Amino acid sequence: MSTTRPAPTGALNLSRTTATAARVLRQLRHDPRTVALMLLVPCLMLLLLRYVFDGSPRTFDTIGASLLGIFPLITMFLVTSIATLRERTSGTLERLLAMPLGKGDLIAGYALAFGTLAIIQSALATGLAVWFLGLDVTGSPWLLLLVALLDALLGTALGLFVSAFAASEFQAVQFMPAVIFPQLLLCGLFTPRDAMHPVLEAVSDVLPMSYAVDGMNEVLKHTDMTAAFVRDVLVVAGCALLVLGLGAATLRRRTA
Amino acid sequence: MMNYSSGPPRPGTPHGDEGRGRGRDDAAPAVRARDLTVVRGSRTVLRGLDFTVPRGQVTGLLGPSGCGKSTLMRAIVGTQAKVTGTLDVLGLPQAPGSARAGGTPIAGHPTLRTRIGYVTQAPSVYDDLTVRQNLDYFAAILHPGRAAADRRHEVERVLADVDLTSHADALAGNLSGGQRSRVSLAVALLGTPELLVLDEPTVGLDPVLRRDLWQLFHTLVAERGATLLISSHVMDEAERCHRLLLMREGEILADDTPDALRTRTGSETVEAAFLHLVDAAIAAGRTKETTR
Repeated sequence: MSTTRPAPTGALNLSRTTATAARVLRQLRHDPRTVALMLLVPCLMLLLLRYVFDGSPRTFDTIGASLLGIFPLITMFLVTSIATLRERTSGTLERLLAMPLGKGDLIAGYALAFGTLAIIQSALATGLAVWFLGLDVTGSPWLLLLVALLDALLGTALGLFVSAFAASEFQAVQFMPAVIFPQLLLCGLFTPRDAMHPVLEAVSDVLPMSYAVDGMNEVLKHTDMTAAFVRDVLVVAGCALLVLGLGAATLRRRTA
Repeated sequence: MMNYSSGPPRPGTPHGDEGRGRGRDDAAPAVRARDLTVVRGSRTVLRGLDFTVPRGQVTGLLGPSGCGKSTLMRAIVGTQAKVTGTLDVLGLPQAPGSARAGGTPIAGHPTLRTRIGYVTQAPSVYDDLTVRQNLDYFAAILHPGRAAADRRHEVERVLADVDLTSHADALAGNLSGGQRSRVSLAVALLGTPELLVLDEPTVGLDPVLRRDLWQLFHTLVAERGATLLISSHVMDEAERCHRLLLMREGEILADDTPDALRTRTGSETVEAAFLHLVDAAIAAGRTKETTR
């Protein structure tokens, strides 16, 4: 009965994955404006924030560190949801799935390409914040970068997943406020999560962005990797993988 | 298929329907459908089709827009959901119904994915990549382990096939509609597929290009032994096919050679033959309704 299970489906093929990642990056290279916006906007926001909180550097530390985790998530969410929506509507997804491409190859390719971009984005933002804007981090900036990368993966995963439910770019963009804003309000950026209404606090406990922001703040306050930091990182990574799996399920070889 | 062809009646044909699957792959016709039905939403788009597409020929799939041509093609390449009945492509099961009874429905036989080239009606290429980058990528997906030199060689070959060598480094999005659809066709030619399924490949092309493409199609058959299934709603293209499947409202009206069709209906052109058959079908439908 082994023939009833198509062997190449879902199995990861390294060269197909890297070919896909290279293709996605090549597409972006033909669109330098998008790349510039992705890389520069977070830096500009941090710069702005630094002088908004000119009088209270402590506030800048907390909010700045949180934002270092939130930017990659939002950017990658937007870019991925639009990119995969375009892949679905242009017929290239149908063509790829009629070819011997595993769904895993496609998703891993996207994650790899946008992950690379996220590393560059986070490195720029973190470097700027830590060395030029005086963001006071007790822990290692590398850990900030790690959390930022995981956040980017989570954003990629969420974007891929919601693109299945969007029929147009208009709808895809509207998923941003629907999926991201509630998390933004509840992640502890504006008020500590334990000061919220108990119901909201409980809700925030199951939203992945809360852990992204908590992780950033752990690095901010502690020299070592704390148990809480490890938990936060694992939760974000686990969520990213789970949603990537859900996203894979929305890629259908056969469609109506 | 057999309803109209000059061949012997269906049961116990010398071709041996019963022997299918047991013989070698390449002895089977390119496509064999039995009671092929496709449901989309609440609508039955294809109603119990029986037909075969012979190997090494150009088969034209003709019919008005919305008659189910694209759905039939998607079923053959394995991207259409809710396909029932039997559908064997290149001797392998492509529809869930073709799988063993009780087995999990398989989403198209995986080995077929490298053996079928498929061109959708709307060009499916990346607009923000150059023509060559598009082809490089799809070639890498088809044969990942291939040497870079071989892949380049193949990309050059398909570029020449569709006469786009001079535009290889242009962004696909900057090309004209006809050029973009030729890029899409070039992608399907990668890997020298045995079966090419082309959904309206000549729409919007000027007469010279159309003639060139049809020459290419016949070259593919004559020199590479490919089988082509080409849909069109332009009836004058029908004359260039070896065989024709005429469709209307999810059913196959005729399956024959252009000559035989004209002779049988006493028409001058395939278009007239088609109209004759449509009128006959409508009349038959009316009598069925009134007798009910």
